[in-house]
Amino acid sequence: MEEAGRSTGPKTTKISMPKKRNFQAFKKDWQLYALILLPIIYLVIFKYVPMFGNIIAFRRFIPGGSIIGEDWVGFYYFKMFLSDPTFYNVFANTLILAFLLLVITFPAPIIFALLLNEVKNRLFKRFVQTASYLPHFFSIVVVAGMVFEMVALNGPLNSLIAFFGGDKINFIQLPEWFRTIFVSVDLWQGLGWGAILYLAALTGINEELYEAAKIDGANRWKQTLHITIPGILPTIVVLLILNIGNFLQVGFEKVLLLYNPLTYETADVIATYVYRIGLESGSFSYGTAIGLFESIVGLILVFGANYLSRRITDNSLW
Amino acid sequence: MKDSWQYKTFKVFNTIILLLIVVVTLFPFFNILAQSFSSEAYINSGQVTLWPKGFNVETYKVIMSDNMFWINYKNTVIYTVVGTVISLILSTMIAYPLAKKRLKGRRFLTMFFVFTMFFNGGLIPNYVLVTSLGFGNSIWAIVIPNAISVFNMLIMRTFFENIPDELEEAAIMDGSNTFGILFRIVLPLSKPILATMMLFYAVTHWNSWFPAFIYFTDKELFPVSIYLRNMIKGAESGLGTGASSADNLVQISANIKSVTMILTVLPILVLYPYIQKYFVSGVMLGSVKG
Repeated sequence: MEEAGRSTGPKTTKISMPKKRNFQAFKKDWQLYALILLPIIYLVIFKYVPMFGNIIAFRRFIPGGSIIGEDWVGFYYFKMFLSDPTFYNVFANTLILAFLLLVITFPAPIIFALLLNEVKNRLFKRFVQTASYLPHFFSIVVVAGMVFEMVALNGPLNSLIAFFGGDKINFIQLPEWFRTIFVSVDLWQGLGWGAILYLAALTGINEELYEAAKIDGANRWKQTLHITIPGILPTIVVLLILNIGNFLQVGFEKVLLLYNPLTYETADVIATYVYRIGLESGSFSYGTAIGLFESIVGLILVFGANYLSRRITDNSLW
Repeated sequence: MKDSWQYKTFKVFNTIILLLIVVVTLFPFFNILAQSFSSEAYINSGQVTLWPKGFNVETYKVIMSDNMFWINYKNTVIYTVVGTVISLILSTMIAYPLAKKRLKGRRFLTMFFVFTMFFNGGLIPNYVLVTSLGFGNSIWAIVIPNAISVFNMLIMRTFFENIPDELEEAAIMDGSNTFGILFRIVLPLSKPILATMMLFYAVTHWNSWFPAFIYFTDKELFPVSIYLRNMIKGAESGLGTGASSADNLVQISANIKSVTMILTVLPILVLYPYIQKYFVSGVMLGSVKG
């Protein structure tokens, strides 16, 4: 401390200039800083404090005791989940669902937007768009309720199967059907809404490019391949990076509503396991350790995707 | 301009595919609507698809005469209004200063907010914080911890950035300070974005269920989403018990559940035709800069 204090001594003349400028900038804009102060305090308490609250993953936590736990236990809880067979099951389920979201529900709105883009009748286009947004505004609880009705033993889907002479399937209780149901629901709810940003990007593509392509004899498919898709690529990349961390969360609330003990085998994911271990069984530290593992993997994925994208496509978030 | 026969064929198929998407998207909703007006016997035998069979409004009467339903419904309205106001105020307080390019530390502050999009404390540390602040069984557990959507805030910031500086400079000449400019010039010019943000936040709060699910034990405080959730999950736990009486019970509740679902989404459905264009324009506004 003493030494550091002395060593800054001679430098003070050098750094006083920018400091003065900083102070003047602050004096001029103090009202702007005053405005943002409350949200910053809010953010520190409700977003950054919980981040540091993850310290209980390394400490023994007793509900009702200190919020930062009682004493250090090191990687005890991490070793615990690494030898927990359920962890490997939920980890695998999470990866499979995240992969399905990545290859099915992420590209689907892009294709939907491209199809809509080919519709010249404005009224029809508007009608399709408006209808497709609707499920986005339904509460996930209502959506889950609708799913249960759709796939119920006497529901429309089973009626259809029976009509074609098939045997009724008790979808909601069969682990082999969970992933199909989950992805279908995600697709159903997100297709139209997910397409909006792409449609916005599509309207930004210069018409002249298409005119030029037509003169060169390119058909509509060639135009799509060489003008439309490159035109919306930056939007695709930005949304992919933004979502890649969320894929691991796999719509946790949706799983929580749609699964049941009979389908845990395929439906249980990291987030729901953390919920049950932490909030239902009260093993706060153990749950936090697993949750922290998931958050860090998510963060690495986002930074990794951003880095790769900057190298390969020249598009990135930062 | 003539289209090739391939493109014409494509257009026919495209129209069919899009119509199919519309049908699949709307079917579950209309099915629930039909169920809500049908009698159990017809739902039970799988005869109700898009038109009510054995027309019945009794269930609507039963649900609407349930005191708890109205208490929970009123709670949802309160949580939505209070939550939306808090969210809007906080978002504006961040977005406006961050829209000023000259602001020192703007980049750092933006990163400070954006980082929380990619990394958060996780379920349990958040739970520990909220409960140790004494927010359990109180409205604050719902409206405070998730008040700010960084994504919405960035859309707002983009909008504020596009307001010409000249307007504000003129006001400074007239002796207005930052708050005067914000309230007299910027906010009145920002009605479209404020309307959009209000709708974004209101829908999020209206549909929220998980915070209430983990922080509330007092039934009188539940939002209507928990009322519905308990109904759905309660009926589900009766599923597959084998007994025919249990099956009957589930089917009776199919009708009740449909009614509750319809009543829960009703405000959104009524407003939907008017508000959906604001949602779209809001997303468009934010996408200008990506």
